[in-house]
This record gives sequence, C-alpha cells and structure tokens, in this order.
Amino acid sequence: MSLATRSLPRTIGAHAILLTYTAIALFPVILVIMNSFKSRAGIFGAPLTPPTPKTFDLIGYTTVFGQGDFIHYFQDSLVVTVASLFFVLLFGAMAGFALSEYRFRGNTMMGLYLALGIMIPIRLGTVAILQLMVASGLVNTLTALILVYTAQGLPLAIFILSEFMKQVSDDLKNAGRIDGLSEYTIFFRLVLPLVRPSMATVAVFTMIPIWNDLWFPLILAPSEETKTVTLGAQLFLGQFVTNWNAILAALSLAILPVLILYVIFSRQLIRGITSGAVK
Amino acid sequence: MGSLKIENVKKAFGPVEVLKGIDLQVTDGEFVVFVGPSGCGKSTLLRVIAGLEDSTSGRVLIDGADVSVTPPAKRGIAMVFQTYALYPHLTVKNNMALGLKQAGTPAAEIERRIKVASVMLSLEPYLERRPAELSGGQRQRVAIGRAVVREPKLFLFDEPLSNLDAALRVNTRLEIAQLHRRLKATMIYVTHDQVEAMTLADKIVVLNAGRIEQIGSPMELYNSPANEFVAGFIGSPKMNFIDGARLGETAKTIGVRPEHLSVDTKSGAWKGTVVHAEHLGADTNLYLDCEKAGLITVRIFGVYNAEPGSTLYATPDAAKTYRFGGDGKVLK
Repeated sequence: MSLATRSLPRTIGAHAILLTYTAIALFPVILVIMNSFKSRAGIFGAPLTPPTPKTFDLIGYTTVFGQGDFIHYFQDSLVVTVASLFFVLLFGAMAGFALSEYRFRGNTMMGLYLALGIMIPIRLGTVAILQLMVASGLVNTLTALILVYTAQGLPLAIFILSEFMKQVSDDLKNAGRIDGLSEYTIFFRLVLPLVRPSMATVAVFTMIPIWNDLWFPLILAPSEETKTVTLGAQLFLGQFVTNWNAILAALSLAILPVLILYVIFSRQLIRGITSGAVK
Repeated sequence: MGSLKIENVKKAFGPVEVLKGIDLQVTDGEFVVFVGPSGCGKSTLLRVIAGLEDSTSGRVLIDGADVSVTPPAKRGIAMVFQTYALYPHLTVKNNMALGLKQAGTPAAEIERRIKVASVMLSLEPYLERRPAELSGGQRQRVAIGRAVVREPKLFLFDEPLSNLDAALRVNTRLEIAQLHRRLKATMIYVTHDQVEAMTLADKIVVLNAGRIEQIGSPMELYNSPANEFVAGFIGSPKMNFIDGARLGETAKTIGVRPEHLSVDTKSGAWKGTVVHAEHLGADTNLYLDCEKAGLITVRIFGVYNAEPGSTLYATPDAAKTYRFGGDGKVLK
C-alpha cells in the first residue's frame, strides 16, 4: 500500500479485527493441543493454562500409541482422503471441461443436475447407500468410503471448476486442435495447468470434510481394519469414563496430516496465481 | 498449392443463422481479407474453414479436396489468433515445434524449419524463453512463426493485430505483408479494421449479417462500391449519406466521400455552419451542418482554418457522387 492510501487508525482497526478473528479461530485448536500434553488432573484443574512442569504429562500420547492401532487408522484416513480427493479432482475437472467446452443437447440441464448435490446433503441417502454397499459386498472396505466421498465432493467441484474452465482462452484450445493435439492432451496439458489455483481451492474444500467425517466410517466401515482416525478416537469415549488425555492426543495428531496437505495445496494456489499464464 | 473454395456454406447456432450461404473462391497465393462489423460472421467463417466449427450445410474445398469432415490438424492449415494462444508451459522453440512433432516430422527437419522461421521473424534470441517472458509484439511474432513452420497450404489470421498497440500494429502489418510476398502462400485474414484490409489485401470480402456484400480489390471497393453498406464501410472518414428527397434527386440516397467535397467561404452547392474541426496536420476534417444536406463530414488535404460557427459552402465532385436506390444498391 502506498503512503498516500495508508491511514494509521484504519490500519490499526483492520489489524485489530483480523487478530481477533485469528484468536477466535485458533483458540479451540490451541486448547486441544495444550491440554493433550497435560495430566488428567492438569486438564480438569486448570484447563486454560499451558502445561507446567508439574502438569506436563505424555500419558495421552503413550495411550494412543499403546492402545489401539493408531498408525493403521491414520493410514486408512489418508488412503480414503487422498483417493477420494484424486477422483473428485479428476472427474470434477473432466465434467467441468465437458460442460464448459462442448455444446451438446441438455448441456444446461446436465450442469444443473450435477450441481443439485450441493443443495441435497448426501447423508439423507445413508440408508440407501448402506443397502447398496451391503448388496455389492463393499461394507467394511475403504472402497465404500472412497466411493461415497467421491460422490459427496463432485457436485461442488464440478460447479466451481466448470466456471473456471470457461475462462480458459478458446484460442489456446483451438491452437492445440490445429496443432493436432487430442482432446485429452488439450485437457491435461493446456487447460489443467491453467486452472490449477481453482483445483487447489476445490481440493481444500473437499479434503477437510472427508478427513473429519465420522458418519460414514461409523456406518459403512466400522471394522478394525478399516477404522479411520476420527472413528478410532471414539475408542476413548466411554459411556461412563472418557479418557480425555488420549482423545486430545489423538485429535492433536489428526490435525497434522491435514495441515500438511493444506500447506501443499495452498502453495499450489499461490504459485498458480502468480505465474499468470495467458496474455 | 493452396486454393480454397467455399460452396454455399451456412452456419446456424440453434435458431440464429450466422452465415447465410457463403460462396467464395480463393486462388493460390492470394491474400484475402474478410472484413465487416462485429457479429457479421467473419470469424465464424474462418473457423469453419479451419475446421474448428462445423458448417450446418455447404462444402469447404482446399486444393480441390472436400475437407468438411477432415480434422483441423489434417487440413494443411495454420492459424494465428488474436490472443496469440501460445502454450504457456513451453519455450518459444517448443511452441513452434509442437505441431510438427504431433505430425511426426523428423527432428532434423523441425530444427531446420524453426531456424528459417526464427531468422525470418528475428526470434533467434528468444528461442529458449517462455511466452510469459516476451512482449506482446514478440508473442505475436512467435504465433506467426508457429504458423510458418507448418508450411501450410493456407494461413488463417484471426484479427492478429487487435491486441497490439498502434505503433506495433503498423510494424506487424508490414511484417505480415512482407511474409506474404516472401512465402507466396495463400493467406486469409479476418479483421474489422478497414485500414488493415485496404493495406494488406489482394482481394477484400466485405461481410455483413452473414452475407457477402461485395468481393473485390481494395480500389474496386473504394471506387465502385456495389451498395450503401460497402460504400459506408470502406473509406475513413465514412462516406456522407444524404437523403435524396432533400436534394430533389430521384435516388433514395446520395453518397459522397468526405475527400470528394470541396469548401468555399463564398459560394457552393450546400450552405452550412462549421460544427467542429479536427486538425490532423496532413489533413483537416470539418463537420458541417448544412441546410440541405444535414450533418456532413468534409476532408480537406493540408491545414484549413475554420472556426466553429462560421459559414462555409460545400460542393460535391459530381463525377464521384454515388446514387443508391431504395434497396441500397448503386444506381448506374
């Protein structure tokens, strides 16, 4: 910002608002991480203070790694999230390209139909989905979860990506056609790199609900081999006794992978914006 | 090598008819310019020739062969786009090489053609750069280079100068003209700028609302326009059109170009007041509000001092006055 457009009170005001928001957003996360390093007495005695030498205790983490197969749960969550993300991005981008690039009968209707899923939550269909999975023998498999999450993520992905695909220069695609590139090459080599920032946005929006979901793992894949982290953490939630140390430790650990994925995508996002391709 | 024939080509997008039956013959080595106002169908026609759009009916023949169902890459054409349309992830060299690689041209031959084209367009220092590192003029030269290396039967230009600034536009126009002289290739060029059309073309095709209004050399169109539309479109400033009835003529409309009017302070055919004067140095454009003829433009060569509000008499050159009938056609 130039000196001429800067004013001290406005700068202070803006920063105050942003800092307040940051504090509110980070508060629960920090609380969880802080308390995960404390003893049970420490958590209940003074939940808002950071761990002191007296209350510091790694009992939560040792329980998590000792009891239950948490590494395995992490692996399941990661497989489900990454695979679903891959399919959502691939099919979402392909459908978005078709809707924005080709004129065919029913194009608009197809676009509306595909976007319908944004308004109707997929959980309304849980019973039908369960019956379907039972009938096809997919219960207690990660495939079931991947299929459901792909379906859940696609509507928004198609909606956003088709809008962005419309902005890709027609001339560029036509130049590719004249040079003899196939439609697939045009899509993968010319169009996809140009919509990378929007792909990153869609990836972030799709990834977080999948990683955090408890509903479908609980219903479709509750077996020990297919448990995800969120479901695994339920192990420590008892009807009478809840092992808060372990739960907080499990939740703290669950933040990590999703944070790493987010950092990867947000870097793509920034790189995509700054590289400025056409014109 | 490089003739084109278009037979009764029609194109409709749903109920909207964009091309209403186009017939055209382009002989080998000709530079043909499609010109017309926006929405007249000139770009659509070019896309039909390129194979990027299907025609609703009619045939396109390149070198006598019907290419209506041939994919663009196999038609032996090359196209230069308004927005350059360079591949952003490839270097200048690879941008030019891509089409040839796709066609399976041997590497040594690709190398040779790129060398020739980059010398011709003075692109040698930039071969390893990416499009983002080039200026607008350089990018358009790369786009032209990409077309040249294909050694096509037909060059197609889709408003290639519209994104360049005025000075660069003149330079690039010159380069395209030289390119045509050197390659002796058939070129089809789309523009809405009649100056580009007049300066580049062997043959101009004037399009309006999906129809060809007239085909002819630049001077033919200037000297003997077939109808009111062509007369108004070719020439700048625009031809003056005066209601025939106001002048007591039998023709519906009388047309006279601004440069074919002379002015005098004392006497003349049409008395009028100066509304505005534009001094361009080499010539002066006067806007006169005449009692008989209405608002007209007069172009005077050299400097002419006229104050707004002063009275002047304008006289048309009788030999260069056009008479149009009720249907817009020229009356002989």
